[in-house]
Amino acid sequence: MAWTMKEKLDWIRSPKRPNIDDIISGVFTDFVELHGDRLYGEDKAMCGGIARLGDIPVTILGQRRGHSTQENIDDNFAMAHPEGYRKALRLAKQAEKFHRPVICIVDTPGAFCGVGAEERGQGEAIARCLYEFMQLKTPVVSIVTGEGGSGGALALAVANEVYMLTNAIYSVISPRGCASILWKDASRELEAAEALKITAQDMLGFGLIDGIVADSKLESILYRHIRTALIESLERLGEHTGEQLARMRYEKFRVYGVFEQYK
Amino acid sequence: MIIDLFEKTRKSSQYIQKQKKPSAEHVTITCKGCGKEWTAQQYGKNSYVCPNCGAHGRIRCRTRLKLTLDAGSFQELFADIKTADPLNFPGYAEKIAKLREKSGQEDAVVTGTGTIGGIPVCIGVMDSYFMMASMGSVVGEKLTCLFEYAGKHKMPVVLFTCSGGARMQEGMFSLMQMAKVSGAVAKHAQAGLLYITVLTDPTTGGVTASFAMLGDIILSEPGATVGFAGRRVIEGTIGETLPDTFQSAEFLLEHGFCDQIVPRSRMKYVLTQLLRLHQNKGR
Repeated sequence: MAWTMKEKLDWIRSPKRPNIDDIISGVFTDFVELHGDRLYGEDKAMCGGIARLGDIPVTILGQRRGHSTQENIDDNFAMAHPEGYRKALRLAKQAEKFHRPVICIVDTPGAFCGVGAEERGQGEAIARCLYEFMQLKTPVVSIVTGEGGSGGALALAVANEVYMLTNAIYSVISPRGCASILWKDASRELEAAEALKITAQDMLGFGLIDGIVADSKLESILYRHIRTALIESLERLGEHTGEQLARMRYEKFRVYGVFEQYK
Repeated sequence: MIIDLFEKTRKSSQYIQKQKKPSAEHVTITCKGCGKEWTAQQYGKNSYVCPNCGAHGRIRCRTRLKLTLDAGSFQELFADIKTADPLNFPGYAEKIAKLREKSGQEDAVVTGTGTIGGIPVCIGVMDSYFMMASMGSVVGEKLTCLFEYAGKHKMPVVLFTCSGGARMQEGMFSLMQMAKVSGAVAKHAQAGLLYITVLTDPTTGGVTASFAMLGDIILSEPGATVGFAGRRVIEGTIGETLPDTFQSAEFLLEHGFCDQIVPRSRMKYVLTQLLRLHQNKGR
């Protein structure tokens, strides 16, 4: 199922694509949603809760994208505010307390850009996620199921293992944003998308993700693929202590970057 | 092709001469705050702060080091880490080559050690003249190395941040630097060591959303623009113009995301004071 960039971008924007609620009911059982950051409010763009993966209890975090315009308005188009990231962090720390693995289902155009988000410290909220996830003494597995948009996606992807669906993208900036900054022409987004190298295949080639989970038009098959990948990943990670997991996560990210060095 | 290359070199050397030849008295600088004109000499003597309205101008990293560290104490570290072009991004290699020549710097951050008020520190200064101090692999790697060095030698870290955000020309490698540096900050913190951030104009995007907001103490220069999203992006979303004070250091202080606004003239004094207060651990 190798799609062209245009097909991928169209698919990413399709409201029919499975969202976090579909994936939770297809992959997990016994889901209980948990709300609020205990500091300011509840952010519907960020979903969090506890469920079972096979017979293991896990904490699930991820951005919620709607299937209809009304749902998208309610969920703010999967763009979380600071309170969303603070809720995610609260639930991740809770997972650590109960030695539960954390599963992040990443699907967002990015963190929300707005007045309230700035007033409540969007930058600080994301930074704190990166900082704390890096030290979390429990297994963390992330899967980018659609759009991995910049810092808002990375906040839930500082994980021991990171996966992407075959046609998902993961990008430092939206192709449209890149085209309008670089060439002052947002219509050149396809060109920008190619130049930015944002596909799951690119990411695997760079060694920035651990694997690709095969997408399928049949949702039941897709959910089986996701479940298998997650269970296998947790089996591998389950062999390590919390301290080891935190150290492995730091070492994993420590080597990311390409530069020249003359000694 | 070869002629082209010579053309370029000649042009850039002319550019440098033009900048250097006229004595400082003849170059005028217009203050962005009040619009008053100053000679470069007057402006430079006042640490690039407008003597009339106090607006803080942007300064190069070498000037910042001079203003902050004790004279002659700076030892550069990790200068051998140089920019690569991992995506073969259109125009990136040329842009870097041009900026290297123009600025005499390798990338957007200078790192090293020095003393402030006699106290040894690890220091990093970002430079907005180099691709708006955007963070790619080099910035991420040098800062990570700096935090690791500080951890190994039990030293505090002082960072002067400014940035347009993650560098899109290095794609996802840039984004990953946010996590990498944040991890290095965490390790440094676990060792019980002090990290002071000084936010300078402009600190935005991926740098705000990582190490800039992770200091034990976060100071800011007056009037500095600090935020996550670009002002124009937000204005475009809400369809109205935002006040000048939006995303300023003062806005940050009001909303609880900065410890203190410190004018450039007092910065060294305040840093010294803070470093001293962390020297003797409680009994």
